[in-house]
Amino acid sequence: MSQARDGDGGGMVARVRSWLRRPCGRWSLGTVLGGGFVAGIVFWGGFNTAMEATNTEEFCISCHEMREFVYQEYKDTIHYSNRTGVRATCPDCHVPKEWIYKFVRKIQATNELFHKVMGSISTREKFEAKRLELARHVWDSMKKTDSRECRNCHEFESMDFTEQQRRAVRQHIKGLEGGKTCIDCHKGIAHSLPDLREVDASATAG
Amino acid sequence: MKKTAIVGVMLALGTAAVVPALHGQAGNGSSGGNGVVSLRGNVAIDETSRPPDLKRWQRDRRPLPRQHVGQPPLIPHSIKGYKINLKFNKCLTCHSWANADEAGAPKVSVTHFKDREGNVLANIAPRRYFCTQCHVPQVDAPPLVENTFEPLRTIHPGR
Repeated sequence: MSQARDGDGGGMVARVRSWLRRPCGRWSLGTVLGGGFVAGIVFWGGFNTAMEATNTEEFCISCHEMREFVYQEYKDTIHYSNRTGVRATCPDCHVPKEWIYKFVRKIQATNELFHKVMGSISTREKFEAKRLELARHVWDSMKKTDSRECRNCHEFESMDFTEQQRRAVRQHIKGLEGGKTCIDCHKGIAHSLPDLREVDASATAG
Repeated sequence: MKKTAIVGVMLALGTAAVVPALHGQAGNGSSGGNGVVSLRGNVAIDETSRPPDLKRWQRDRRPLPRQHVGQPPLIPHSIKGYKINLKFNKCLTCHSWANADEAGAPKVSVTHFKDREGNVLANIAPRRYFCTQCHVPQVDAPPLVENTFEPLRTIHPGR
């Protein structure tokens, strides 16, 4: 575009604009509308299909950063293996379900592509050095959205406290009253916690 | 006597079944004869024994009373997935002095802040850091050995 504007393309932009403005005499209105409709389905469908393709566990763990580090930790947790066999995979927690939020998250993910190319967390050492920062990003965004992705499955309103264990009942009631959200307490449930020295020194060694 | 006779007959016949038959004889003899039974039970070496039932961790309940002075309190809840490493100690996210009140959990004993020279430290002493060395959750298992142990009446509320 910028090249076109620099050179003699200024004329080209004007030509394209006038071509777009001119009524079409060659095709019938029905063809234009119908063609547009079909093209819309194809492009929109294609776009969504491509976006959904990036919304799978296979896609996430196709990079070694995810497969070797966080995925291995997740495999030890209840969201991977449990008595009823219901599994929450990467996008269930890390990508919003609602389209517009999903779209925004996917745009943010281009930053992750940048760091993939830069190799920011390409080794275990680099990853561990950044783990607290990365964890904080997730904690902060979960806090901002009132743990929206948790609530896709876990809703306070649908919880039967009488079916919960003693500790859970007490804390959930307290959490409800205190206006807390899931991530306030449930940190490090699907991946290892980061080094807590900066977050809660009372829960670390030395 | 009988055994030797059988083996003798088999040797005499010179069949291919001699070796496995000997194995069978020896197996039965050692477990039946002197009363020694392996932990696998009376199962031949090439068979699979029935695995013991999985023990289930007990669900959350009230703190369990201590049985004797100096007993490390038992953990009255599941600790599945709880990790303790240099970076964090999952137990302390509730039981540390800073977190206990909000979590409604008992505090770590003050004795745990002393190193082995008796110096009081600002945080849990490294020698006390690995909670599960002494504190353990419970499964619903009968005692391995029958015994007549009774808890101290002075510290145990009784049943």
